[in-house]
Amino acid sequence: MGIGQSFILAIKSLLNNKMRAFLTMLGIIIGVGSVILIMSLGNGVTTEISDTFESMGTRTVSVTLMGRGSNRTFTDDEMYEFAEENSDVIKAVTPTVNVSATVRPERWNENLSTSITGVGEDWLTVKTYETARGRFISYMDIYARNKVCFVGAYFDSPEVYNGNAVGSTLKINGDVYTIIGVAEEITDASDEDGSDNFAVIPYTVAARLSRMGNINSYTLISVSDETVNAAKQRMSNRLYENYGDEDAYAVIALAEILDTVTEIMDTLVTVIAAIAAISLLVGGIGIMNIMLVSVTERTREIGIRKALGAKRRDIKSQFVIEAMTTSLIGGVFGILLGVFGARIAGKLMNMPAVPSLSSIVLSVGISVGIGVLFGYLPAKKASELNPIDALHHD
Amino acid sequence: MAKNQNSIQHGDDLIVFDNIYKIYEMGDTEVRAADGISFSVKRGEFVAIVGQSGSGKSTCMNIIGALDVPTSGEYYLDGVDVSTLNDNKLADIRNKMLGFIFQQYNLIPKLTVLENVELPLLYAGVPKRKRREAALKSLERVGLTEKAKNLPSQLSGGQQQRVSIARALAGNPSVILADEPTGALDSRTGREVLEFLQQLHSEGNTIVLITHDNSIAVKAQRIIRLQDGKVVYDGPSNVPEALVNPDIPIELQKNEAGGDA
Ligand SMILES: Nc1ncnc2c1ncn2[C@@H]1O[C@H](COP(=O)(O)OP(=O)(O)O)[C@@H](O)[C@H]1O
Ligand SMILES: [Mg+2]
Repeated sequence: MGIGQSFILAIKSLLNNKMRAFLTMLGIIIGVGSVILIMSLGNGVTTEISDTFESMGTRTVSVTLMGRGSNRTFTDDEMYEFAEENSDVIKAVTPTVNVSATVRPERWNENLSTSITGVGEDWLTVKTYETARGRFISYMDIYARNKVCFVGAYFDSPEVYNGNAVGSTLKINGDVYTIIGVAEEITDASDEDGSDNFAVIPYTVAARLSRMGNINSYTLISVSDETVNAAKQRMSNRLYENYGDEDAYAVIALAEILDTVTEIMDTLVTVIAAIAAISLLVGGIGIMNIMLVSVTERTREIGIRKALGAKRRDIKSQFVIEAMTTSLIGGVFGILLGVFGARIAGKLMNMPAVPSLSSIVLSVGISVGIGVLFGYLPAKKASELNPIDALHHD
Repeated sequence: MAKNQNSIQHGDDLIVFDNIYKIYEMGDTEVRAADGISFSVKRGEFVAIVGQSGSGKSTCMNIIGALDVPTSGEYYLDGVDVSTLNDNKLADIRNKMLGFIFQQYNLIPKLTVLENVELPLLYAGVPKRKRREAALKSLERVGLTEKAKNLPSQLSGGQQQRVSIARALAGNPSVILADEPTGALDSRTGREVLEFLQQLHSEGNTIVLITHDNSIAVKAQRIIRLQDGKVVYDGPSNVPEALVNPDIPIELQKNEAGGDA
């Protein structure tokens, strides 16, 4: 008997008893649906994370100097010198001095939640940002410790200076700083909590502000994605030379962190999806159960078919195909449920939750596989029925 | 059926039962459902196998129908030794050489009349178009062409039995095996079915009819009477001895019709 015929028969018997068919499929529907939902959300989160990292720059290497276990130091001059010597792999370097300070625009009586960083004149290059108005902090500003700042697009938005930021001032920890330039909008200029609300000041000024003797944090940008590792390696070697102790510094490439995070996410999603897949197992057992019932109900039919010349393999394939069809249809409903659910969840969580084609193909494959696996035993039982007994069954 | 290695010539004999035993072990005792049965049926004969309940009719029918194999003895169907075949070969024999007509019609309820008639051809691997054609032709022979798309449950008992006859004929079998074909029908429809079997016989078909009912058995050309798994009569149906059981007075035999499985 052909597969097509068995398939049509299977659909017919499912349609004959819709409620039972639905309940049988429920396990598969829920299993496939939740696997797809979880994988979609996982994809969404991973994409979100890697987008964030990529916006921070995959060519970026961050250097932290702890100086622990060593009485040697590594000055900003030494760092600039190192960068110049290795200009084949390092495009630019900047100190990054994080400052916690209050920020208040002119004539405001409340503070902003602006992040303040002390940086060098190449910071824009390192961050791959552009200047929209005015100019960036110069070597002279750094050398002379000028109280100037370069700000994010938020300060030029209607929320603050509405296009008049350049030339205005900011009070940082009570001191007045002149705004000399504004960056291009990065994400959303009007968002106070977004990445456009920042201010950078000369690192020499920042070091004073935070009472720091030596600069202990730098960010490098490598010439290309391919030279990141070389830049990281040479930096580490140079610092080891300087400190003679690996614990005295940390050199981290963002791309590496991204890889690690992506790996962790993948593992996490796989584990959760595997747990969800347990309901597929339960679904499979449901199918096996209903197929065993079906074999008993249709014993006489099996007897008739055998009397008319059906071989064992004909009966076996009829029931396996029926189980497979049930499971496959359940799988298709499950995919619809998963894709639909992912859409809604993605909307609610405000992130892209797109099911991958591979997860859909995998689900179809798994549901067919479950049908075959769990349909096999009942089908074998059916095929081994004695035609004489089966014919007299009622 | 292609001749295979263990086929031997039996002249015109289509069915040969050679000392067939079917023995069931029931704990310490054994039941001899067939206790050394021998007979042969020629091509084109119409034979009735009769006997009381428990005499061994179903056992014979199962063996002739290649649904079961004997404990010992040999059964040749069209020269092929069926008594030693495996499951798959038996299925082939049933499919190609036998047409079954059952007491309970045994149509598959969720298939249409046409699909039911197509079944033997389906398992024979006949392509769809030819299958449809042959099944329709077969339905035409029993006069039910217009019911082709109906479900069996939409037909009367007599019509259902005619469908099952059409199904038996569809594969052009060597032997038509009818097991109490009138048992579930009223006497008028039963008579019609018997007349149809007689017509098939006159067209050259070989028919083996199994019944416990003498009045039906006499419609056959020849009667084989079983008792306790043995043949007690084998001869023409139109002589008085055909209905005579040596051990039972003739008056009682008239009431032989009774419950039988
Ligand atoms: N599967 C079986 N197991 C044990 N005994 C059986 C079996 N089938 C038939 N018999 C016995 O064999 C004998 C013949 O049975 P059967 O061929 O069914 O007779 P009939 O069809 O003429 O009534 C009976 O005594 C019956 O009980
Ligand atoms: Mg019987």
